[in-house]
Amino acid sequence: MAPAITTLAADAPALSAANTGFMLICSALVMLMTPALAFFYGGMVRVKSTLNMLMMSFISLGIVTVLWVLFGFSMAFGTDIGSLVGWSSDYLGLSGIGITELWDGYTIPVYVFAVFQLMFAIITPALISGALADRVKFTAWALFITLWVTIVYFPVAHWVWGTGGWLFDMGVIDFAGGTAVHINAGAAALGVILVIGKRVGFKKDPMRPHSLPLVMLGAGLLWFGWFGFNAGSWLGNDDGVGAVMFVNTQVATAAAMLAWLAYEKLRHGSFTTLGAASGAVAGLVAITPSGGSCSPLGAIAIGAIAGLLCAMAVGLKYRFGYDDSLDVVGVHLVGGVVGSLLVGLFATGGVQSEAKGLFYGGGLEQLGKQAVGVFSVLAYSLLVSALLALIIDRTMGMRVSEDDEISGIDQVEHAETAYDFSGAGGGIAGRGTSVATPVLSENKKVDA
Amino acid sequence: MKLITAVVKPHRLDEIKEALQAFGVHGLTVTEASGYGRQRGHTEVYRGAEYTVDLVPKIRIEVLVEDEDAEQLIDVVVKAARTGKIGDGKVWSVPVETAVRVRTGERGPDAL
Repeated sequence: MAPAITTLAADAPALSAANTGFMLICSALVMLMTPALAFFYGGMVRVKSTLNMLMMSFISLGIVTVLWVLFGFSMAFGTDIGSLVGWSSDYLGLSGIGITELWDGYTIPVYVFAVFQLMFAIITPALISGALADRVKFTAWALFITLWVTIVYFPVAHWVWGTGGWLFDMGVIDFAGGTAVHINAGAAALGVILVIGKRVGFKKDPMRPHSLPLVMLGAGLLWFGWFGFNAGSWLGNDDGVGAVMFVNTQVATAAAMLAWLAYEKLRHGSFTTLGAASGAVAGLVAITPSGGSCSPLGAIAIGAIAGLLCAMAVGLKYRFGYDDSLDVVGVHLVGGVVGSLLVGLFATGGVQSEAKGLFYGGGLEQLGKQAVGVFSVLAYSLLVSALLALIIDRTMGMRVSEDDEISGIDQVEHAETAYDFSGAGGGIAGRGTSVATPVLSENKKVDA
Repeated sequence: MKLITAVVKPHRLDEIKEALQAFGVHGLTVTEASGYGRQRGHTEVYRGAEYTVDLVPKIRIEVLVEDEDAEQLIDVVVKAARTGKIGDGKVWSVPVETAVRVRTGERGPDAL
């Protein structure tokens, strides 16, 4: 997030049509990331829970949008209360905002800033869903999202990006959401799965992805949307920083994909498509906090380190026995921590701010600040998310029954099937197709 | 009549179809199947996790023939299906009581 452009009182920023247009396009790009994530996750589950995985992301587009308008924007970006949360009655219902009113210190309307930030609030809880594949009641998930964004995301976004937020004031660098989005979601995922437990058959049944092309499609769309997420986070293009972020996003993602592929070729013998997709996402995650402070060569290093460490981290769930189903912890938590901490090593002091990392003569100061940001968000999100999951689990129950989980959550929760490949059962000529079953049983001559 | 069933490697299907046409067989039924014999399965790796895939994709071909053609037809199928490598599959025959052509109601060998 950009610091306010310093201007003389007489020279207050005016609305920039270029920046406003750019930010509206960036908002649409970030919106696309949530359906992209749905495909990325949806392809990785087994056929029987594909639709549930897609819906866990899509429902966030519904719930979080409405909450954001009602009170979310106010809590995240309203006037600071005690460095912990925001509140401005003008922002409630987005109803007290003038259409040409500018976001303080910037050249874009408040509405544009609000809708851009909304897209971040939508994708963050959706990220958590990957850890909960196959087994969570849809109503419990909807309730969890509602409580989680209210108690965790909105305040944490304020800490990190809100004027007066305590991490913001301390000088923690999080350009586009390494802590507020990725560590936050990854830690929440860990908290929830420690409460709800493993999928039936974890470590025993084969649970391979049902559609890797869908995973690749999702990863490609995420990569594309991420340019809006990252370059847009500077909220304008008056000083070239957004362009550096754009370049570094591409560079780190490429390096991370190569690092993951190299690791698995050496370790497991093949270059896999899932490895390429996962490596790319790990790179995108790691460059999110760091891309506005490093050089392109630094971005190669950050991407490669994140790709390698995430590739190693995804195996930990088998060793420790927690079922992080689609590796939200392994990719988003680990990638977010790596990217956020590496700011403390690779910040050049010449891009988004003058803060320098260890490798550029800045000593350990920035690394220390980054560590505080990382561990405070991690701890808060982990604990509160586990608590929320526990409360929901004890009251309405978080999980579907074991039988329903085995037969497939799509049928139970959504009354649909993802794919119908059978040519059979096209209907009975001359009769209603919807009552096929009773008609057939009438004609049965021999029965038991 | 006999029912000849062949469970073979999927990529041999076109060979077998051509050989059967040349032999004068006018119809057959093909199903996608999966299974294993001595070939067993293979191993796949997803994010470092290994999955042993026991069941290998196969094609199941079914053809109805008159008794006197059965042995020769089996030879035709076996020849067309063979690659000489492990996992080529199996072919067998069983006697069939009757067969009916649905459109005309013809029964027995006339229905073939």
